[in-house]
Amino acid sequence: MARRKAPVVARWFAGEGDAFRLLGTRCSRCGAVFFPREDDFCRNPQCGDGELSEVALSPRGRVWSFTDGRYRPPAPYVSDPELPWRPYTLIAVELEAERMVVLGQGAPGVTVADLEVGMEVEVVSGVLHEDAETTWTTWHWRPLGVRA
Amino acid sequence: MTDEVAVLGAGMHPWGKWGRGFVAYGTVAARAALADAGVDWRDVGSVVGADTVRGGYPGYVAGATFAKALGWQGARVASVYAACASGAQAIATARAQLLAGLADVVLVVGADAAPKGFFRPAGGDRPDDPDWLRFRVLGATNPAYFALYARRRMAVHGDTLEDFARVKVKNAALGARNPYARYRKPVTGEDVAASPVVADPLRLLDICATSDGAAALVLSTLEYARRHGAPDPVRIRAVSTVTPTYPNTVLDLPDIATDSAAAVPPTGRAFRASIAHAAYEEAGVGPDDLSLAEVYDLSTALELQWYEDLGLCGEGEGAKLIREGTTAPGGRIPVNTSGGLASFGEAVPAQAIAQVCELTWQLRGVAGGRQVVGARVGITANQGLFGHGSSVVVVR
Ligand SMILES: [Zn+2]
Repeated sequence: MARRKAPVVARWFAGEGDAFRLLGTRCSRCGAVFFPREDDFCRNPQCGDGELSEVALSPRGRVWSFTDGRYRPPAPYVSDPELPWRPYTLIAVELEAERMVVLGQGAPGVTVADLEVGMEVEVVSGVLHEDAETTWTTWHWRPLGVRA
Repeated sequence: MTDEVAVLGAGMHPWGKWGRGFVAYGTVAARAALADAGVDWRDVGSVVGADTVRGGYPGYVAGATFAKALGWQGARVASVYAACASGAQAIATARAQLLAGLADVVLVVGADAAPKGFFRPAGGDRPDDPDWLRFRVLGATNPAYFALYARRRMAVHGDTLEDFARVKVKNAALGARNPYARYRKPVTGEDVAASPVVADPLRLLDICATSDGAAALVLSTLEYARRHGAPDPVRIRAVSTVTPTYPNTVLDLPDIATDSAAAVPPTGRAFRASIAHAAYEEAGVGPDDLSLAEVYDLSTALELQWYEDLGLCGEGEGAKLIREGTTAPGGRIPVNTSGGLASFGEAVPAQAIAQVCELTWQLRGVAGGRQVVGARVGITANQGLFGHGSSVVVVR
């Protein structure tokens, strides 16, 4: 039976292939952008109460910093304790237009040895983990020019 | 400037892994602080507890738990929680009560019995909790955030792994002279380099452990101190518990992203610097007046960051201070004379109180082999999850 695909968090990202984007919200009054999305109130204390509407974040940014996880993180991170631990990479990416830093895992195969602060990366669709019924999808950062 | 309150007594239970409950540790520290102050527990008008939290549930309500363990005597009670800043909030609460005339003498206690391994969020499915989400979606442990800061410093300021190791070597040497520290063996740069990488570029010996431990303070009004035969006590002159200002542009635990600075350009100080700045303003002192500082060295690299945020040097110059010995014993401004988290391991609700205990002993001149000669002014600095500032200025 085919697994169903589901995002690890609803409404944080959407789209397939080159159209994949992180989704935030933007305030109609002050223009502030929020990720993770704010749907109730603008958090700019100088603003008041603008309407918040969904906005796609820039698909590319520059590495602000990076690291990896050499040890298995605790729940609710899902990993198979039967399998040897394989470190994943974490990349903090600075988005120029939004003037914010967004954290994400690196695409499969990207290690800290492949990364440098300031390097350009793009957001791509990825798989966080799979269980019997579901493929849980997420976002990954991938250095430009690298194809999965 | 706000009025001062007196530190009449300081007490601790040694940090370690002792296999007992947090109430036992806290009661030992409280009794030690009361004995140090020469105050009878029955004369204490208020008790403030910094909560220990297990599984995200602030159920171990600390203040009354310690009051019961010491023997119910009817004191006013308060319990506070602000993650690593809990101790500073407990001190702030006690100070406010003293300055408002609600009590003459207050007991502040924080204690923890820490779990093994990584700190983890509460169980269940809680997608509205950023602390749960960062583990679920990213597997981003606390050391991962420390490592992101460390790598950023290496790229922007040219810090090296050797600079980070120097912090550990300094703090381990000081911890070896502190009977309350958990780790009391000197560490070499080779030891740090030989320890396993936890989160690149940080190694096991760059990152603080989690410990059992407890710290307590007896605080009073200056008038009570005089009547009590302490005309020249160590005094708390400022307590900073500020929050960030929008937009907060530093990626902080447990967030997945910073605020956007697109609509509102960041003005003034970044969060950590603003914590110290508020304390300096309230105390009417500046970095040049300090004799010593106790900062939250969750990682070696983070201690270097605090040097800059406290204004001990300019931005990017933290590594220069450790290389030149400026923050070592005998230097211009010794930092973490207690041995720091590197030697203690973190006992969350006790840690900010323990920082003030160390300053108290230093300013009294009773810090033994760790003593900073002629210490008159000290500052603590720390930051709690979700945006809790914590800084205390202590003077003599
Ligand atoms: Zn707005």
